[in-house]
Amino acid sequence: MSKPEKMDALIRVENELKKCVKCGACRAHCPAFATFGKEPAVARGKVALAQHLLKGDIELDDATYGAMSKCLLCGSCVEKCPNDVPTDEIVMVAREALAGQRGLTTFHSAVGRVINNRALMKFGAAAARILGPLFFRKVPETSGLRLRFPLPFVGGKRHIPPLAKKPFLERHPEVLPGEPGKPRIVYFVGCMTNFCYPQVGEAALALFRHLGCTVIIPKNQQCCGLPGMSGGDLDTVRELAERNLAELERFEADYIMTACATCGGALHKFYPNLVGKRHPELAARLKAIADKTVDATQLLHKLGLNPQETGAGSDVRITYHDPCHLRTRAITRQPRELLAGTPGIELAEMEGADKCCGLGGTFNVYHYESSLAINKMKSAAIIRTGALAVATGCPGCMMQLSDGLKQHGSAVQVVHTLQVLARRLLKS
Amino acid sequence: MLAQQILDELKNIVGADNVATDRQDLICYGYDATQMEFLPDAVVHPGSTEEVAAVLKLANAKRFPVFPRGAGSGFTGGALPKGGGIVLVVTRLNRILRIDTENLIAEVEPGVVTEQFQLEVEKLGLFYPPDPASLKFSTLGGNVAENAGGPRCVKYGVTRDFVMGLEVVLPTGEVIRTGGETYKGVVGYDLTRLLCGSEGTLGVITRIIFKLLPLPEAKKTMLTIFDSIDGAAKAVSTIIGNKIIPTTLEFMDYATLQCVNKRFSLGIPDNGRAVLIIEVDGDRDLIEKQAARIQELIKPLGLVECKVARDAAESEALWKVRRLVSPSLRDVNPDKFNEDIVVPRSKVPEVIRVIEKIQQKYDIPIVNFGHAGDGNIHVNVMIDRAIAGQEEKAHEAIAEIFQAALDLNGTMSGEHGVGLAKQPYIHLELKPEQVMAMQAIKQALDPNNILNPGKMFPV
Repeated sequence: MSKPEKMDALIRVENELKKCVKCGACRAHCPAFATFGKEPAVARGKVALAQHLLKGDIELDDATYGAMSKCLLCGSCVEKCPNDVPTDEIVMVAREALAGQRGLTTFHSAVGRVINNRALMKFGAAAARILGPLFFRKVPETSGLRLRFPLPFVGGKRHIPPLAKKPFLERHPEVLPGEPGKPRIVYFVGCMTNFCYPQVGEAALALFRHLGCTVIIPKNQQCCGLPGMSGGDLDTVRELAERNLAELERFEADYIMTACATCGGALHKFYPNLVGKRHPELAARLKAIADKTVDATQLLHKLGLNPQETGAGSDVRITYHDPCHLRTRAITRQPRELLAGTPGIELAEMEGADKCCGLGGTFNVYHYESSLAINKMKSAAIIRTGALAVATGCPGCMMQLSDGLKQHGSAVQVVHTLQVLARRLLKS
Repeated sequence: MLAQQILDELKNIVGADNVATDRQDLICYGYDATQMEFLPDAVVHPGSTEEVAAVLKLANAKRFPVFPRGAGSGFTGGALPKGGGIVLVVTRLNRILRIDTENLIAEVEPGVVTEQFQLEVEKLGLFYPPDPASLKFSTLGGNVAENAGGPRCVKYGVTRDFVMGLEVVLPTGEVIRTGGETYKGVVGYDLTRLLCGSEGTLGVITRIIFKLLPLPEAKKTMLTIFDSIDGAAKAVSTIIGNKIIPTTLEFMDYATLQCVNKRFSLGIPDNGRAVLIIEVDGDRDLIEKQAARIQELIKPLGLVECKVARDAAESEALWKVRRLVSPSLRDVNPDKFNEDIVVPRSKVPEVIRVIEKIQQKYDIPIVNFGHAGDGNIHVNVMIDRAIAGQEEKAHEAIAEIFQAALDLNGTMSGEHGVGLAKQPYIHLELKPEQVMAMQAIKQALDPNNILNPGKMFPV
């Protein structure tokens, strides 16, 4: 067999690949394995395949592609791996190699073109132009959001959140000055919040301004690039990362805040580890951004938000879902403590709160049925708590949870943690 | 390579979706936790006992080897398809068929994951104690085939002690049942116990009847630090000598502590040379008394510190120390040989001292921890395969370690089995007559040497 070309991507993770001892611990934690049940779907299988790709004795063919596509990039295996094997990064790098050899899938090259559009504001128009024919009619016209969580081949079953009349980024001036001496925060908004859940952005603004912070919303911020990473389109990701770097570096700030777990994961983890290794010339700058990146709940907790002042309201039982990209950054305690400290809120833990919702970047596009199967347990667990609403820290999870609950005929509401914490502020 | 006709027949038996021949699939069923790799010719996922039987009949007719596999988490290569043939993955057989709360038994299929079974019986106030370190992902079928152990064995015994009956497909394809649902039963040979630990060489287990216990009300965990290995070992024999059998008595030697400490700050005092994690379970009142008595007993034995968990979270924090051992070992050297010798529990300090000498002789790091309560020590010989000669040195050291265990009336392996990894050493422990008796059984049940050939006995 010929040695596959474009192996430079995998060479970057050669040392990481050596760490895997094939113990099988990932079998207990991988949501994709739980539905597919076969070894190529589990982390250790993918690592073995990546090792063989490097040796050059398998090809970047359909079978390799099939195995590598069965990953939600949820990081569960990484978290539980006794040897710290970063399978999420290995899969992204393998997808990069696959894309290099086979070209991006039609879908992912369209994603690339859209998320790589220079101005975030224009995502929608670009999306409609490029992907219009692919999309089901229910899908809104403008949209970086569904490129981030795209649904072209899914059919009519999928529940899609309605589009905001006015994207979040068009609603506010770039700098909202706070009190002197209080933290200066750059807000990285993300596509889903911008187009789909602007109310999450409003809640974030309300909360940080309540604390006297200066909030800066850089106008030309781009998609974080995770959909591109998910599809192996690292060239696009590099361009996005470079533009985001330039945009984020324009302001002096104490923190870069996200209220989207996925964007936060990209900035905090994948920028330095994935992009930084591929482009060493950017590594130091990416690291600097990563070090400043915090999740909204993490920062509110640190700054001592009193949810009594911002969130007190009527009595509601809610439950909390851990987004993978908060859980893998060990942000599980802060949102719970803030929610539990909100007068009127009764926090009821669901079984398996830390389990993936099944969205998995673009996993749900290629494996929608499995994605729903993974989600099924989640929906059932939410319903069993008897909660009126489920709160979470990722707009992506919000969409997947809504979809799953709707399909279960459930009326449980899906909200962002910040919306709960800010319910008093938003009312007044 | 298997003929196309055989592959077609396999597809007829289990369905086309359940026979894989892509190189990618073969790779993914060619490894286990030994890090050895042998690619099969095909991977077959049967969905019933009948399908397993049909596959074995075909294998006898066409003479191709069959390698049963559960989670593929073994440490000795028991599931590896050395020499080629088919890997028979039983994880589709994963139902808990019944949990009988009146007779305290349960019947399961072999692909059920151990921990899932434990959680299910615990919901009913019942208890399945065997707890191999892999319990979150290893399968009950694999546990039975390898006769898995675990920390709790000191009080409760190993997997074999909980197996009451089996349904087994013999290597020639006949389906038999062994044992049954009664605690007593003396009709015929005890094939159940023979099959426990047979490493997939005598039959494919398709159903298991387990004995269950009432779930203990509570447990109490203590982390105790001693100023010498002898103090820790004396603690073990003193506790048991005073008629207290703890649930677990997990031990870590100085090399292990140093190893973990390098990466995680454990707060082990400078004069700490060995750690014992002691857990007792049972009625709440009883375990409080036992815990107090244990502390009293071990105080004069060079006890440096004793941390007692007050609740489940604190207990978890103490156990974390033990769980950090494995990830820390990589910092010593990238490759490890994980052996699991057993000696009578009073001989633990002696065998550790011999191992220290072996370590000095070969100049490779050896880290010891494990189940001191039953004398089962995990001896980790840490090497770097990239350095020429290290692997050979490791093999020589391991042979000496095995011999040391045998000299102290112990055994080479308490939990992991022989498989491929310990094959070269089996003659150290078994006399030719013993091997002959075992091989006669194998020959009688598997005349064509179809099932998991080339394992256990030297080829």
